[in-house]
Amino acid sequence: MQFAYGRNAPVLDIPELHVAHGEHVFLHGPSGSGKTTLLGLLAGVLRATQGEVRILDTELGALSSSARDRFRAAHLGYVFQMFNLIPYLPVRDNITLPVRLSGARRARLNGKDANAEATRLATGLELEGLLDSPVTKLSVGQQQRVAVARALIGAPELIVCDEPTSALDADRRDRFLELLFASCDASATTLVFVSHDLGLAPRFSRTISLPTINRMTAAQEPRIAADGRA
Amino acid sequence: MFLLSLAARSLRARATISLLTIASIALSVTLLVGIEHVRVGVRQSFAGTIKGTDLIVGARGGTTQVLLSTVFGMAAPSGSVQWATFERWSQHPAVAWTIPYSLGDSHRGFRVIGTTGEFFTRYRFRNQSVSFASGRAPESPFEVAIGSEVAERLGYTLGDSMVLAHGVAEVSFAEHIAHPFVVTGVIARTVTPIDRALYVTLKGLEGMHADEFAEGGLMMGPPPEGQVGEPPITAFLVGTKNRFETLRLQREMNEDPTDPLTAIIPGVALAQLWQTVGNAEAALQLVAFFTLLVGLLGMVVALYASLESRRREMAILRAVGAGPRTIVGLLVAESALLAFTGALAGVALVYALLAVAAGPIEARYGLALAMRPLGQIEWLYLASVVSAGTLVGVLPAWKAYRASLADGLSVQL
Repeated sequence: MQFAYGRNAPVLDIPELHVAHGEHVFLHGPSGSGKTTLLGLLAGVLRATQGEVRILDTELGALSSSARDRFRAAHLGYVFQMFNLIPYLPVRDNITLPVRLSGARRARLNGKDANAEATRLATGLELEGLLDSPVTKLSVGQQQRVAVARALIGAPELIVCDEPTSALDADRRDRFLELLFASCDASATTLVFVSHDLGLAPRFSRTISLPTINRMTAAQEPRIAADGRA
Repeated sequence: MFLLSLAARSLRARATISLLTIASIALSVTLLVGIEHVRVGVRQSFAGTIKGTDLIVGARGGTTQVLLSTVFGMAAPSGSVQWATFERWSQHPAVAWTIPYSLGDSHRGFRVIGTTGEFFTRYRFRNQSVSFASGRAPESPFEVAIGSEVAERLGYTLGDSMVLAHGVAEVSFAEHIAHPFVVTGVIARTVTPIDRALYVTLKGLEGMHADEFAEGGLMMGPPPEGQVGEPPITAFLVGTKNRFETLRLQREMNEDPTDPLTAIIPGVALAQLWQTVGNAEAALQLVAFFTLLVGLLGMVVALYASLESRRREMAILRAVGAGPRTIVGLLVAESALLAFTGALAGVALVYALLAVAAGPIEARYGLALAMRPLGQIEWLYLASVVSAGTLVGVLPAWKAYRASLADGLSVQL
């Protein structure tokens, strides 16, 4: 597929990208290589200007904007690099937000109580005791883990993380990844993890280099080399 | 609804701005509803004062002048009515009763009115009759009954004596030292201009005037009975035997060639009065309406201004799967809540102000602004405020959604 912002030249031109069910994929690339854009396409927030984006056998480009919103609500969890949480809601309500906003997502709970699920996920991410705290009282690491809990409530099929560890120091980063993998495995969720830090790659079952698969990067190679910047 | 609870918490997180917006809307609602409330209250109060009187008759003059000078003491009378004329009309077959009024004297800022016992038995206001908290009506010339306001402010009780002066100004140059009047009755509170008046017999009033013509110094005793003809009165109230006779009687009186009179029907005269002030009221209402617009505009501005700092919040909501309906719904819910709370606060303020101001207003103007429930028009105003407030929320809401589409997931802070 190809994607361009407005009438500019395409930012992404990817002939093919497959992710299998249950995989933990590490998608790396330097800053500005279009990682967030690709995640936007996967989440259905952005729409490919050419070609297809198929998630769970659904061609997102064929859906209306609202339909994509509903699809995302039902099947996807998203973790931002930072500032993941709604500041005026306590931790518990941040975690249960997806099931409060989407009937389809709530249905995936299979009758389980949302608050109970939130507690379970929070415990699995070492957040017990913080459920009633205001978000402002949490450390960055805790906030990121709350974001993971929110992404995983209702056991969506796919969770997408945009550099969630870049604000964490090494120890917390490792622990975060352990907990993330464990939680994803517990709900059989596919994980797409984006980062510029190649050091994390070995932990994942599969590594994809965005500049490699993105034809637009190849087209821009000479310019990048001249700058000496990634 | 979940969106409402989300909206409420969002507003509470921006408490200062929210409170300021609510205050701005509340003040404009207070103005809008308050003006209407007072408008109706004043009308009801005025109307209540003259229930039961079919005609008010005074010397030839303006309708409003007769009304305001006799009942409300708010204007100078246009002239006087001969006693013979009064007696003649009192005998008219259509007339059930008459109450003579003689105005124009004052006692420390309160009007002194000369009348007969008919006043205390016949006069009605708001379907009540005049009654006494203590004592009785004046019968002999130097007796006086005082209104409740007079008793309270000047500290008079039964048996006290006072000196009455000529003229309606507070500071009078013609104090009558020689004829003290004795309080024989204190009238129970009526919440009409009766409370702010003193009532003497016609002879008593006459006595005060006769004293002016006394030669050489002050007279030391009551004036001799049977002066040359009865003095003229200012006006008289009429109760007709039959409602339908009232109009005919009115025309007869107005067209009488022997003594020029103006007879008014109180209800009609009031309606004319309200028409006169109608323009002023309309202007006030227009001002109130514009104030409301300003309040709503302020709310829209506050919401728009908040959008910039909420772009991340919108991105999070969209990432979690909120569609346009949720984003728009959230912001519309916020503006609805602000408008609703503002309206509520505005109404509360109207009643609070009424509670505080009702006493002084009653004391000063004799107007009873009772605590009434909201009227139909007032509910309509409130409904409009809340609806308008909700609707204007659509503007920033739509902008928020469009912006979130453009931002996608990559909002930089």
